[in-house]
Amino acid sequence: MRNTIVSLISIILGLVAGGILMLFIGSNPIEGYSYLLQGALKNLERIGNTLATATPLIFTGLSVAFAFRTGLFNIGASGQMLVGGLAATAVALTFDLSRPILLLVMVLAGLVAGALWAFIPGLLKAKFNVHEVVSTIMMNWIAYWTIYYIVPGYFKGEFLETESKKLAESDTLRTPFLTEMFDGSYINLGLFLAVIAVIIIAFIIEKTTLGFELKAVGFNRFAAEYAGMKVNRNIILSMLISGALAGVGGVALYTGNASSIQIGILPAQGYDGIAVALLGANHPVGVFFAAVLFGILYSGTGFMNAMTEIPPELANTIIAIIIYFAATSVMIERLLNKFKAKKSNKEDKSGPVVEKGDS
Amino acid sequence: MSYVVEMLNIRKEFPGIVANDNITLTLKKGEIHALLGENGAGKSTLMGVLFGMYQPERGLIKVNGKEVKITNPNVANRLGIGMVHQHFKLVENFTVTENIILGSEPLKGMVLDIDKAAKRIEELSKHYGLNVDPHAKIEDISVGMQQRVEILKMLYREADVLILDEPTAVLTPVEIDELMKIMRNLINEGKSIIIITHKLKEIKAVADRCTVIRRGKGIGTVNVAESSEASLAEMMVGRHVSFKVDKKESTPGEVVLKIDSLSVKNNRKVMGLKDFSLEVRAGEIVGIAGVEGNGQTEIVEAITGLRKAESGTILISGEEITNLPIRQRNEKGISHIPEDRQKRGLVLDYSLVSNMVLQIYNKQPFSKRGLLNFPAMKAYAQNIIENFDVRSGEGASSIARTLSGGNQQKAIIGRELELDPKLLIAVQPTRGLDVGSIEYIHRRIIEHRDKGNAVLLISLELDEVLQLSDRIAIVNNGELVGEVIAAETNENEVGLMMAGVGKERSI
Ligand SMILES: Nc1ncnc2c1ncn2[C@@H]1O[C@H](COP(=O)(O)OP(=O)(O)OP(=O)(O)O)[C@@H](O)[C@H]1O
Ligand SMILES: [Mg+2]
Repeated sequence: MRNTIVSLISIILGLVAGGILMLFIGSNPIEGYSYLLQGALKNLERIGNTLATATPLIFTGLSVAFAFRTGLFNIGASGQMLVGGLAATAVALTFDLSRPILLLVMVLAGLVAGALWAFIPGLLKAKFNVHEVVSTIMMNWIAYWTIYYIVPGYFKGEFLETESKKLAESDTLRTPFLTEMFDGSYINLGLFLAVIAVIIIAFIIEKTTLGFELKAVGFNRFAAEYAGMKVNRNIILSMLISGALAGVGGVALYTGNASSIQIGILPAQGYDGIAVALLGANHPVGVFFAAVLFGILYSGTGFMNAMTEIPPELANTIIAIIIYFAATSVMIERLLNKFKAKKSNKEDKSGPVVEKGDS
Repeated sequence: MSYVVEMLNIRKEFPGIVANDNITLTLKKGEIHALLGENGAGKSTLMGVLFGMYQPERGLIKVNGKEVKITNPNVANRLGIGMVHQHFKLVENFTVTENIILGSEPLKGMVLDIDKAAKRIEELSKHYGLNVDPHAKIEDISVGMQQRVEILKMLYREADVLILDEPTAVLTPVEIDELMKIMRNLINEGKSIIIITHKLKEIKAVADRCTVIRRGKGIGTVNVAESSEASLAEMMVGRHVSFKVDKKESTPGEVVLKIDSLSVKNNRKVMGLKDFSLEVRAGEIVGIAGVEGNGQTEIVEAITGLRKAESGTILISGEEITNLPIRQRNEKGISHIPEDRQKRGLVLDYSLVSNMVLQIYNKQPFSKRGLLNFPAMKAYAQNIIENFDVRSGEGASSIARTLSGGNQQKAIIGRELELDPKLLIAVQPTRGLDVGSIEYIHRRIIEHRDKGNAVLLISLELDEVLQLSDRIAIVNNGELVGEVIAAETNENEVGLMMAGVGKERSI
């Protein structure tokens, strides 16, 4: 509840600050925001695209949030997305399977690849106490260069050396049913996978012995060890799950929103996942809504930019400001407390003074 | 009479509980003022209010006769108020100097002037007889010295009013004597001290006046010279407290714990326990006496599985457990009240409910096929909370962190006894408990023995070891010096043996 309020206040403050920036560059903030919203939600196609933009962010947000709840800081969602996307792309380009089976295998391949990519930092942490921030960042670059060589080497595109061969429409997560429903949007099955992931992760964290254990290790590994939990195994397991989520996020991005994988790019969604998790207070449902908000901001900027003088970078700025406020949530909480204290003091004074008798 | 601090009619509420209800406490210049009350009575909270960590809902604070609003600890520092917390917090891998200057770093131009600070700390340390090395790292020094670092920190910031929240709970008897000496030095230098402690002996020894609170309400302030330990205890608990432990003769049964030539390394990677052998039988309490750091931790952690045994064997009811994982040892009937309740004993961010099933959440009825059964967990926790009188604002749903130190301890003891272990390893079980709770916990431990279980008791308090144990094993420098029968020995004999003077006696 409190977290929700803090997040909402951060968002409002971020939007207000964005409005002030718009004023500074001589634009009308009301107009700016109205075009931003129109760009994101004006018609079914745009709504679909907004949701599709949010999909990978839901995955990476969940990935970071899950790791965080268990005491780990997974900065490696980008790399895990890349290898997940690569694995799914490779499956699609290599095997000739019927569509449902192919999609299933693609998702599983992405899941496993992402999990494996996170397994290494997990293992390093458990065995040699290597901090996961360092090792997951390193894994990002290893993924980056792996893609750099494998894609042109084995899955080269027809026209461009710098991206993989385009997947056939029937080999992607896009389905005619959704595309038609949203008037030709690139919204795809990834969104359903994301919603399922939100439910599963929330369930694991709140209701299972696994979640109980993982959280205990995250809060206090010494007490967890004392109680007989296998701390190292839990660290690895937690990284596996976190990586799997990001891996499927990569599948959604590269074989759902897009049809190919580019070399030389670490997907920004990986790092945005940290922001999404933070704004969503590391809660699966919170992550979902935070990702949708980011989706709106990202997909609305193009339209805003086309209709006004406001540069598209403004969306990033607003997001940065929101995150800044969310990250300094302590400040906001203090403010809330002060507000509350003032209010109760007032009540004290205005109300009748009752002497509490010592019994 | 001039008061340095006056806290008048203070009220502080937390969700579900009034921690301070109309409490008044006045501190005279140059006095040592004791604050006494049961676990959860509201002592730490009251001091938190004075130190600016909590804002009172009602009441007035005056410092040197002037009304003040202490909105945060920085304000308290500026007013000359310093505090050493019940669970003190120093940065482990920083040096003493770095810890002390943290937050008020001295600058030489733009750079940190560490040397100047270190020199000043050294002077202060000498002046007050604190004996602290300003260049030592916190992780390398004893708890007692860490405490003196906290005291130095207050002196460095030129505090005149020093608040010590249960400073002696973590100290060895020798360190406690030293602390008292230091406190007297401080008074001679014109400082004033508020000390929280559950040990009435200490109040009698150093304090001038004592304010007693009970369940958040002020009971009164008395001159210590005019009151006895018994009267103080009665004032605090509201009933007569017996300090003697009544217990029947023990009737030892078969061997439950058998340790054979056990050697274990300590944190510095040298043998902290050498060739140690001990038996504990069903129906007896065996105490381990020794100066802190003479192998006790190594014994306990080797039995519970937190530390690897280098050589030797450990058997439970004849079954070897030397290399078993911790959970399997628990399942064989070992349970453990750990020395450090906040590091090992509790997940502070978990509710009491979760903490009460910390070892058994994966067993029926608390879970089934990996799914937690919250109603069963809650009922189980509530039962422990009632039996052991664990007081908190929101009952079983309270987050462990919000409990008072003593109530955290009671919750752990309750959890471990509720497991009904064949072997109970109790390390400093009554650390931080009020006299009433100590009486109760001692009774429960003896009851546990009488049900035919084995108890291994490790305590730095010789009194407790002598009163509770049937048999006492004395360790020195990681080796067993000898064993004595509790009923046939006395403080002197055990004290000598703790210093390493051997004694052979067959039992
Ligand atoms: N931050 C907090 N949030 C909620 N409740 C709190 C908080 N701090 C203390 N309490 C509650 O207030 C009461 C008084 O706690 P306090 O720590 O002052 O006790 P105490 O007298 O110091 O006890 P002890 O001797 O065990 O240390 C307890 O019931 C505790 O659960
Ligand atoms: Mg306390």
